[in-house]
Amino acid sequence: MQRTFVPPIYNVTICGGTHGNELTGVYIVREMQKQKMEKAGSVSVTTVETNPRAVAAGRRYTEMDLNRCFTDVLLSSPITESTPYEVKRAQELNAQLGPKGSAKAVDLLIDLHNTTSNMGLCFIFYSIDWITLHIYKYIENNLNSVPVRAIQLDIPSSEAYSLESVGKHGFAIEVGPQPSGVLRADIFNVVKEALDLTLQWLQKFSSGHSFEGGTVDAYTFVKSVDYPRDSAGKATAIIHQDLQDNDFKLLRSGDPIFQTFSGDILKYEGEDLYPFFVNECAYYEKKIAFHLAQKKTYSFPHISVKND
Amino acid sequence: MSNGSSNNNNNTARFDAARRVAIFGGTHGNEMSGVTLVNLWMQNSAEIQRKGLEIKPFLTNPKAVEKCVRYVDTDLNRAFTQENLSATGGDELPYEVQRAQEINRMFGPKGSAEAYDVIFDLHNTTSNMGCTLILESSKDAFNLQMMNYIKKAFAPASCLVLLNEHPLLKYSTSRSVAKHPVGMEVGPQPQGVLRSNIFEAMRVILKHALDFISLFNEGMEFPPCTVEVFRVLERMDYPRDANGNIIAMVHPNLQDCDWEPLNPGDPMFQTFDGKSIHYQGSSTVYPTFINEAAYYEKQQAFVTTRRETLAASAIRKA
Repeated sequence: MQRTFVPPIYNVTICGGTHGNELTGVYIVREMQKQKMEKAGSVSVTTVETNPRAVAAGRRYTEMDLNRCFTDVLLSSPITESTPYEVKRAQELNAQLGPKGSAKAVDLLIDLHNTTSNMGLCFIFYSIDWITLHIYKYIENNLNSVPVRAIQLDIPSSEAYSLESVGKHGFAIEVGPQPSGVLRADIFNVVKEALDLTLQWLQKFSSGHSFEGGTVDAYTFVKSVDYPRDSAGKATAIIHQDLQDNDFKLLRSGDPIFQTFSGDILKYEGEDLYPFFVNECAYYEKKIAFHLAQKKTYSFPHISVKND
Repeated sequence: MSNGSSNNNNNTARFDAARRVAIFGGTHGNEMSGVTLVNLWMQNSAEIQRKGLEIKPFLTNPKAVEKCVRYVDTDLNRAFTQENLSATGGDELPYEVQRAQEINRMFGPKGSAEAYDVIFDLHNTTSNMGCTLILESSKDAFNLQMMNYIKKAFAPASCLVLLNEHPLLKYSTSRSVAKHPVGMEVGPQPQGVLRSNIFEAMRVILKHALDFISLFNEGMEFPPCTVEVFRVLERMDYPRDANGNIIAMVHPNLQDCDWEPLNPGDPMFQTFDGKSIHYQGSSTVYPTFINEAAYYEKQQAFVTTRRETLAASAIRKA
C-alpha cells in the first residue's frame, strides 16, 4: 500500500466536563493538571475543563447543551443579554482552541464523555481522517479491558455541532456505562489508558515512526428512534430487556425493542441495523430512545510524519 | 390504635388492621421507577387495589420530578424533622420543607393516631444493591413480618433488608410520617433512566407487600419468625484534600460489591494515580450504598453494616 505523508501534530488538547455530570473527563483533566502533564515528547499537551458551571452544579448543562453549540451558525451568532451561557462559552472555547476551520486551531482536540449506555469505549468523529483512524487502530489493538468501537457522524464541518470539530483533527472518547454524577474507577482507568496510548502514538508519530495502514469497521449513524408516546407526549413504554445493554448487537425486523407499561411488546421493523446510545439518560429530552447505525469498512494508508 | 402490645415472642402481638396505605414516588425526582409507577397508578389503580384497603399512590416532590432532579432546594427525604414540620414562614420556607409540612398534614401527623398505617417510599440507587427494603426500627413486629413475607414470596430472587436505626445516621424520611414506614430501594439504575428489569422488580415487591397487608387485614395470623437484616454501622467518606475535593475513587474491587464482606486490609479506594487505600477497620463489615451518585455531596462513599438476625413475635389483627 502506498505511504502517505501527514503534517505533524504539534499540540493536543484534552477536554473534560463538557457535560458537567459526566465525571471521568472532569477528574482526568484535574489529575493531568495536578501532575502538570504539559508535554508528551515533543508534543505539547493542554487540558481544559470546558463547562465549569455545569460541573459545579453537577448538571449536564446550565441553559443549553454545550456540545450542540459548535455549529458555524452558533459560533458566529451575536451575543446579547439573552444568549445562553453555553453559547457564549462555546464562542470563548472557539477563540481559545480554534477558530474552527482556521490554521490557528489546535492540531488535535480530544473531548471526554460518559454515557449511561453499555457502549464500552467509543471513538466518535465526523470525518474520515488518517490521524484519527490510526490512533483508533492503535487503541483498538492495545486496549483489552473493554470493547473498542468507532462511530462516524456523516455531517459536514459547518454543521458539526460538537466541541471536537473545533480542532484541525478531533474526536470524542465516549465511555459507558456510567451513571451521571458517578465516578467509577474501572472507567477512569480505561480512559486514562486510552489517553496514555494516544500520547504514546503521537510521540512515535512525531519522532518519525511510520504506521501500517489497515481497515476500520465504523458504525455510521443512520437515524434515531423515539419512545412511543401518548397524545400528551408522555412515553408509554420502556426499552425492552432484550435491547437494554445490547448496544451494537445487530437489530433485525421482529426483534423486541420496547415493552409498554401494560405489558405489550413492540417490535422493530426495518433494515438490519446496529443500535447504540440505548437508553442514554440525556437523550430522553431529545426524544431519542436509541440510535441506529450501519457498519462500514474504511481503509487507511501507511502514514508517517511529513518533515518540512 | 394499639401498635404492638407485646415484646415477648411467645405472645401474639395485635395490631389494628392497616386500612390506609400510601405509595410514595418521586421523593427524589430523578429516581424513575417510583415516579413512573406512581404516575401509572394515579391514572389507573386497578393493579394496586385490594379489598378493604385504601391505597393512595402519591408523587411527593412534583417540582423535582418535573425538572428530573433529586431535589429543588433541599433533600425531601431528610426534611421531616420536628423542627421543619413545625417551622413557620409559609412561602419563604424552602420548597421541600413546605412539601414536608403538606405531606405531614395529608398522611400524618407524624407520631399521631391519625397517621397513615403504612407508607411505601419508592427509590432507586446507582449502587448495585439489588432489591432492598429499608427499615427504621428493629422493634416493629408488623414491619418485620412484612419483610419476612416479601423475602419468601420473592425467592429465589433476592430481597435484602437494611436497618438504619443508628442514632446519628438515621434520618427523617418522608415515609416516617406513617406508623409503619417501609423504604424500597432498587438498583443499580442511573438517575433519570428507566430500566425495565428494575421497574419490574419494584412492581413485584410492592405487589407482595400489598398482598401481605391484605392477608393480615383478613385476619391471618403470622407465626413468630426471624429476619436477617444488615444494620447500618458507619458512614465512610472519600479521602479528600484540604479543599474538600475527593482524591480517590471507590476501588474496582469494592465497586458493585454491595453486601459482600469487606475484610480488614481489603482494597477500598484507588487514588487517581493508581494507588490502593485499604480498609482499616478491626473486623469484617458488609458495605452497601457503594458509590451512590447522590451521596458525594453528603460525604458518603459507602456505609458499613453488620449482619443480624431479628426475631419478630407472631402478629394478628386486633
